[in-house]
Amino acid sequence: MGASEGQKRVLLQGNEAIVQGALAAGCRFFAGYPITPASEISEVLSVRLPQVGGTFIQMEDEIASMGAIIGASLAGVKSMTATSGPGFSLIQENLGYACIAEVPCVVVNVMRGGPSTGLPTSVAQGDVQMARWGTHGDHPIIVLSVSSVSECFSVTIKAFNLSEKFRVPVIILSDEVVAHTRESVILPQQSEIQVFDRITPSVPPEWYKPYADNNRGVPDMSAVGDGYRHHVTGLVHDERGFPTQQPKEVEQFLNRLHSKITKGFNEIVVTKSFEMEDAEICVIAYGSVARSAMRAVRDARAQGIKAGMVQLVTLFPFPRKVVDSALRQCKTVVVPEMNMGQISREIHRVNQAGTRIIKHNRIDGHLITPNEILKYLLKV
Amino acid sequence: MLEPAEIIRQEYLRHDKKFPHVWCPGCGNGIVMNALLRAIHHLELPKDNVVLASGIGCSGRLPTYVDFNTIHTTHGRALTFATGVKLARPQLSVIAVMGDGDATAIGGNHFIHAARRNLNLTAIIINNNTYGMTGGQYSPTTPYGSKSTTSVYGHVEHAFNIAELAVVAGASFVARGTVYHTTHLRTMIEQAIVKRGFSVVEVISNCHVQHGRRNKLGNAVQMINSFKENAVQVNKAEKMSAEEMRGKFTIGVLCDVEKPVSTEEYDRVRLAAQAEANRIAEEKAKNGVKRYEE
Ligand SMILES: Cc1ncc(C[n+]2csc(CCOP(=O)(O)OP(=O)(O)O)c2C)c(N)n1
Ligand code: SF4
Ligand SMILES: [Mg+2]
Repeated sequence: MGASEGQKRVLLQGNEAIVQGALAAGCRFFAGYPITPASEISEVLSVRLPQVGGTFIQMEDEIASMGAIIGASLAGVKSMTATSGPGFSLIQENLGYACIAEVPCVVVNVMRGGPSTGLPTSVAQGDVQMARWGTHGDHPIIVLSVSSVSECFSVTIKAFNLSEKFRVPVIILSDEVVAHTRESVILPQQSEIQVFDRITPSVPPEWYKPYADNNRGVPDMSAVGDGYRHHVTGLVHDERGFPTQQPKEVEQFLNRLHSKITKGFNEIVVTKSFEMEDAEICVIAYGSVARSAMRAVRDARAQGIKAGMVQLVTLFPFPRKVVDSALRQCKTVVVPEMNMGQISREIHRVNQAGTRIIKHNRIDGHLITPNEILKYLLKV
Repeated sequence: MLEPAEIIRQEYLRHDKKFPHVWCPGCGNGIVMNALLRAIHHLELPKDNVVLASGIGCSGRLPTYVDFNTIHTTHGRALTFATGVKLARPQLSVIAVMGDGDATAIGGNHFIHAARRNLNLTAIIINNNTYGMTGGQYSPTTPYGSKSTTSVYGHVEHAFNIAELAVVAGASFVARGTVYHTTHLRTMIEQAIVKRGFSVVEVISNCHVQHGRRNKLGNAVQMINSFKENAVQVNKAEKMSAEEMRGKFTIGVLCDVEKPVSTEEYDRVRLAAQAEANRIAEEKAKNGVKRYEE
């Protein structure tokens, strides 16, 4: 495909495409701590952010990085951090703060093999459930995944937009293969890109209630320093932002926190279907494995097998509607993952029709190949 | 010249906040709050331009009660949030309020790095020698031999000297005050806020409920009076022997140095980066480069 007028064809690495996406989405603050395979995001942003008037800072650890991006976001600047497994463990504390205080921010986790220092720095998908449940307490969160360099660009923009719209941290799960693969991609012009900025209060400061409900379920957000002095806390708070333990206020607040995501489900959930129209067997995959799956489906089709694929871009909230219809349509669903089955367990929970679900799990630090998936497709 | 208490109360306390506060009667935290408000009032800082970030602890509740931009962060992390706010909006006066445990145990790494980094921030550390909020366990400043709920046989570890730690970590301005010397404390806080660079005020304070009671240090008044007995002005201390200083501590300015402030240094980085970006763009235009590499 050729680039049309004004578009740019570029050769980019996944990590670089995340940087391009972040800048296009309006990210102007990044705090991070070096870790392979995420470091290029820091390095490139340390060059690019000051060029566009933004700020890059390398903090003393990932706990601090997460704190700094929340601070910058509270001051009205779109912010991001990027890390890998060990650092992803450290960001969890303040990630919960971003959830409860409803501070938009984006966290990239370029997955590598774990647990602990694990397999530096071979590919894995072991942090999927952690991305959903890593910080303590019931909390709403959005988790997106990327399978190609061009998705690194587009999904990062989506992540910022959702984060700003729903005032929730958004996690992008990348992996070592996507991060370090170089592909030629066509970047749209800035004018073609839809960018959503958080909605700021339109009432005068005296009337502003920083955590008041509205028809969107997402309170208007003022920036520190804009004249809307108010209190922000990690304690459960009332609509004025002050700590409360009144059961009624607690319940109202926590319900709104969760329901804003439920209400936005259709907008948040993105999946891609490939050859699904007449599929009798399908693969459900995400991340770099989705690329192998697509190839496997093509090869199966070439041999006359009605195979298809559903790629999950949004992992949480879990795309249960699309998965449910795939499960109803197909007799067998193959779920290849570079973990012990962190998404297949979600698929099992949706599986009402008793469809056969085949897990394929690989945790040796190597990418699942098309042939590994094809074997299952040919067997049926 | 103190402003009447009434002005402070009306102008700076949050009247839409459900009082009363969480502090025990006689707690030093209220005195620190008062000194901070008077310092801000005296400096005539617009309330919209003041940001208070705190951690978790009795001390961490301070911002809740005062009418600024207030951020009650996670335990030990106030300086990390403050760093983000300051870099995003350098024109704001950003002040972090922390406890001794908050700033030097769980937040110790952030504290020394903030001092080294030298952003234009102010840190006020209320040192009551204990984890007040969680019930009086030993903290990094609990004196050797003291009793706490986790050292009932006497504490076997040694205490940090917070102000000296800040000095060696690279802070531009470091002072120590107490909740007895309230006017002095106010002036120390004023100097810290005005100082360009990372400034620290360690405030010796009383937790008579958790620390004092277990160590027979008396009630709030007795503890606060003991600060009067044991505090020695920095210049006076210089002329005293180690023997004379035993059981005493210094108050006043421990360090006041000029060095580049990283908030402002980063402006230079931006200029250099923009010049480089312009140069690359011009080169591309001149050579008619069709290939993009970014
Ligand atoms: C990560 C984490 N660990 C432990 C706690 C429990 N906790 C709350 S306050 C506190 C200690 C506070 O001591 P200090 O910072 O000295 O403040 P003070 O209450 O004495 O003012 C602790 C350990 C917490 N909130 N978060
Ligand atoms: S427990 Fe100690 S530090 Fe906390 S409010 Fe009471 S006296 Fe103050
Ligand atoms: Mg304490």
